[in-house]
Amino acid sequence: MNTNSKGRFGIHGGQYVPETLMNAVNELEEAYNYYKNDPEFNRELDRLMREYAGRPSLLYYAEKMTRDLGGAKIYLKREDLNHTGAHKINNVLGQVLLAKKMGKTRVIAETGAGQHGVATATVAALMDMECEVYMGAIDCERQALNVYRMKLLGAKVHPVESGTRVLKDAVNETMREWTNRVSDTHYVLGSVMGPHPFPTIVRDFQSVISREARAQILEKEGKLPAAVLACVGGGSNAMGMFYHFIPDEGVRLIGCEAAGKGIDTDKHAATMAKGKLGIFHGMKSYFCQNEYGQIDEVYSISAGLDYPGIGPEHANLKDTGRAEYVPITDDEAVDAFEYLSRTEGIIPAIESSHAVAYAMKIARDFSPDDSIIICLSGRGDKDVAAIARYRGVDIYE
Amino acid sequence: MSRIASLKGKKCFVAFLTGGDPSIDKTYDYILDMAEAGADLIEIGVPFSDPIAEGTVIQEANIRALSVGTTTDGIFDCVEKVRKKTQVPLVLLTYANPVYTYGKDRFFAKCESVGIDGVIVPDVPFEEKAEFSEEAKAHHIDIISMIAPTSDERITKIASEAQGFLYIVSSMGVTGVREKITTDVRSIVEKAKSATDIPVFVGFGISTPEQVAEYTTYADGAIVGSAIVRIIAKHGENASEELRTYVKAMKEGTC
Repeated sequence: MNTNSKGRFGIHGGQYVPETLMNAVNELEEAYNYYKNDPEFNRELDRLMREYAGRPSLLYYAEKMTRDLGGAKIYLKREDLNHTGAHKINNVLGQVLLAKKMGKTRVIAETGAGQHGVATATVAALMDMECEVYMGAIDCERQALNVYRMKLLGAKVHPVESGTRVLKDAVNETMREWTNRVSDTHYVLGSVMGPHPFPTIVRDFQSVISREARAQILEKEGKLPAAVLACVGGGSNAMGMFYHFIPDEGVRLIGCEAAGKGIDTDKHAATMAKGKLGIFHGMKSYFCQNEYGQIDEVYSISAGLDYPGIGPEHANLKDTGRAEYVPITDDEAVDAFEYLSRTEGIIPAIESSHAVAYAMKIARDFSPDDSIIICLSGRGDKDVAAIARYRGVDIYE
Repeated sequence: MSRIASLKGKKCFVAFLTGGDPSIDKTYDYILDMAEAGADLIEIGVPFSDPIAEGTVIQEANIRALSVGTTTDGIFDCVEKVRKKTQVPLVLLTYANPVYTYGKDRFFAKCESVGIDGVIVPDVPFEEKAEFSEEAKAHHIDIISMIAPTSDERITKIASEAQGFLYIVSSMGVTGVREKITTDVRSIVEKAKSATDIPVFVGFGISTPEQVAEYTTYADGAIVGSAIVRIIAKHGENASEELRTYVKAMKEGTC
C-alpha cells in the first residue's frame, strides 16, 4: 500500500494528478505552509472573516424545535448568516487571499449548486482577480439565478457540456483548464477533496466553524455537546464542523449524506453507504463506481451533495470509527426543510436540511441535559422554487 | 529483451486509439491496420467515465466506447487476439481508478498474460508511482512516466527512474491537435536524454508528417492520438483504409 506520499489521512488522500500539475500543487503547498504561520496573512484573513463575511457566526438555541422534538437541546451553527449565505465563503476568503499573496491574477473554480461559484466570484470581485467558473450545463439550468449572480459579480461562467454535465464534470473541466494555464491561475477548490494540499487547506479554513462552535457551546452549556451533525457531499462544512471536536472523544460526529430516492435505488449520492475505495479527482477515497471503476452518475435533490466521492479525511474518520455517516433521503430532507422553516422561522439550504432531518430522528435518544449542534451550512432561499416544484407547485425563478 | 526495448535506436511513430471506439471488433482491426502500415508502438486507451487529461476529441471517443459496453475485460480479450497476429509493442493508457478497482495484481497479471508491454497512467505522477510499481514489476509490465512543460527540475529525477519509454508532453493542457506548439520541447528532450537511455517520445498536439519530422530530429519518436481518433470518429466502422494511409504518411515523416 502506498502511504508514503504527501497528504495522507490513513490510506486516503495523496496527489493523483497529471505531471503538468505537480509543480502547481507543490508551489501551493509551499506557499500555504509559509502563509498559514504568517501573522500578517492571519490578521488580514481574520479581518475579512469578521468585517466582510460577518463572523463569528451565531450559535442559536432552537428552543421551539427542542421542545417539539423532546430530547437533546438543539443548537444551530448559523453558517447561513455568512455573507453569500453559506459556509463556502470561509474557504474562498482564505484561498483567494493566498492566491493573491502567491502573485496569481486569475482564479478558476468548479461549482455544483452555484454556492461555491458565487462565493469565489464575490471574493474575486473584492480582491480584483479575474474569475472563471465551471458549472455543469444541467446545473446551470437548475440554478439559473446563481449563474446570473456570478455574472453580475464579474465572473465568466462556462457551462460544462462534457460527460454527465453536473458537478463531477465541472471538477474535470476545471482541472483540465488548470493544466492549460497554471502560471497565473489558482484553482479555488470548493471542498475538502482533490489532491494534497487541498483537503488540508480547505479543512483548515473551514475549521473556524468548530473553533467558534466549541467555545460557544462551552459558554452556553458549560459542557461539550453529545453530538455534532453536518451534511456531507465532498464534506467541507462537515470537516469544518468536526475538526476541533475530533479530540473530544465523547462527542459523536455525524455526517449526513444524500440518499436521494433511497440507497437501494440507483438514484442516490451516498458514497459512504454504497461507495468503494478508489482513486479519482486527485485522491484515494471512497467513490460510487461500477465493477470496472467507472464513476457513477449520482443523484440528489440537493445539487451541493450531488458528488460521487468524499474528502479523504472523512474516509479516514469512517475507517477509524471516529465519525459515523448516515444516509438521508430527498423526502426526509424536504420534510426537514419545511419543518425548520415553520418551527424556527429559518429556511435552511436543502443540503443542510439533510443534517436537520437526522437531528429530528435522533433528538429523542438523548437526555434533556445533552446538547447537539447542527451545522446549518447555508440558507435555503436558492432552493425555494425547487422545493415548490417537488411539492407540485409550479414556480420558476 | 522486451518488445519496447527492441525499439531502441529506431525513429518511431506511435499511434493511439481508444479501445472500443466504435466497437471492440473494430479496435482489433484498426490495431492490426496501424501495425501493418508502420506504427512502431500502439497505445490503446481504456475508456474511462472521467478522462481528465483528455481534450474533447478523445473524451468523445471514451463516451462512444463506453456507450457500446466496452469493458477492461473486453480490451484484454481484444489484445489477446491481436497478439496472435503481431509482435508490435502494445501499451495501455488508463486512469488510476480502473486499474485500482480491477485489482492491482489482477490487472497487471492480466496485462502480462495477454501480451501488454506497458501501462500509462496519466493521473499517477512520480510521487505516487509506488501505488502500482510493485504489482507491475512482478508481472514485467513497464509503467510509463510522463514529463510536462512544467516539469523543470523534476525532469532528471523522473527520467532517471523511467521504464519502457519516456513520454514527453509537448504542451500545457489536455490532449488534442494543435497548430503550433510553443514549448521548447528540444531542451526538455535533451535534458531527459542525458538522464536515461530508454527511448524518448513526444506527444500531445501532433498531427502532421512535418511535425513528426521535426520532433524526430532530436526525439526517438512522436505519439499521435487525437488525429487518429478523429479519423475513426469520422469513418466509424469503415476507417481501415484512411488509417493505413495516414499512419503510412506519418511513419514516413520519421527521420
